[in-house]
Amino acid sequence: MKARVHVMLKNGVLDPQGEAVRHALGSLGFDGVEDVRQGKVIELELAEDDAAKAEATVKDMCEKLLANTVIESYSVEIS
Amino acid sequence: MHAAVIVFPGSNCERDLKVAFENAGAKVSMVWHKDTEIPAGVDVIGVPGGFSFGDYLRCGAIAANSPICRSVKAHADKGGYVLGVCNGFQVLTETGLLPGILLRNAGLKYICKAVDLRVETSDSPFTNRYQDGATITIPIAHNEGNYFADEATLARLNGDNRVAFRYVDNPNGAQESIAGILSENRRVLGMMPHPERMADPVHGNTEGATLFKSLINEMAVA
Repeated sequence: MKARVHVMLKNGVLDPQGEAVRHALGSLGFDGVEDVRQGKVIELELAEDDAAKAEATVKDMCEKLLANTVIESYSVEIS
Repeated sequence: MHAAVIVFPGSNCERDLKVAFENAGAKVSMVWHKDTEIPAGVDVIGVPGGFSFGDYLRCGAIAANSPICRSVKAHADKGGYVLGVCNGFQVLTETGLLPGILLRNAGLKYICKAVDLRVETSDSPFTNRYQDGATITIPIAHNEGNYFADEATLARLNGDNRVAFRYVDNPNGAQESIAGILSENRRVLGMMPHPERMADPVHGNTEGATLFKSLINEMAVA
């Protein structure tokens, strides 16, 4: 199965990179961009073929390594 | 005092840390990240600065899950001393030995310069030879030194007097200008500034050497 993990900074955590991107968009003439948040997408190929088990395993991976839950939230898509 | 300095692929301050420990009077063993055990009789573990594993995923995240870090954690859990400098501080937050995390500098720039720090507490194994409230000058060199923790954690750190150092002039956006923090038992210190780079008269001053001498002092008393 394939898993796709989205990792984003939690609301309230300053994202200076997103802020820099917002400024750059403004200087390119894209007006009205009120906020930019930058995150990560991690794709995994798994040997597991049970979707529920795969999701549970990937969530465990997120808690232990893929995300730092002090500042990041994550979501998992299995396909 | 017997110190162990951990070496990850991408560490680059391990030799400086070794020299600073040795100049304070410690015996030093270098320990490779694939080793699984800390040599017997080690009192303090130094986790050096650098770019462990290329800072992939998050700074310190891969190193924190390397085999040797389980032993570093076990050493700390038994009441052993651990010093994490710069990338070493990032590794210690990723292992959970210290709370919070180091985010990208607020100004998005890598900062490499000597900065003034205020010694917030002399009540720790790492700071007992400093005066409370003293200002010392120690270099920083980092891109991710912007300390972040939730409000409850900050309240706990302040309430338990666990902030060891604060920047006099906050260079990186760190919450409450925090430059270094202690664990609950005060035996684990993580700090972004590099005391090993201000530890010899040729460095300009020796205010960093005092930290290593404090550890020797602690061992003598303990």
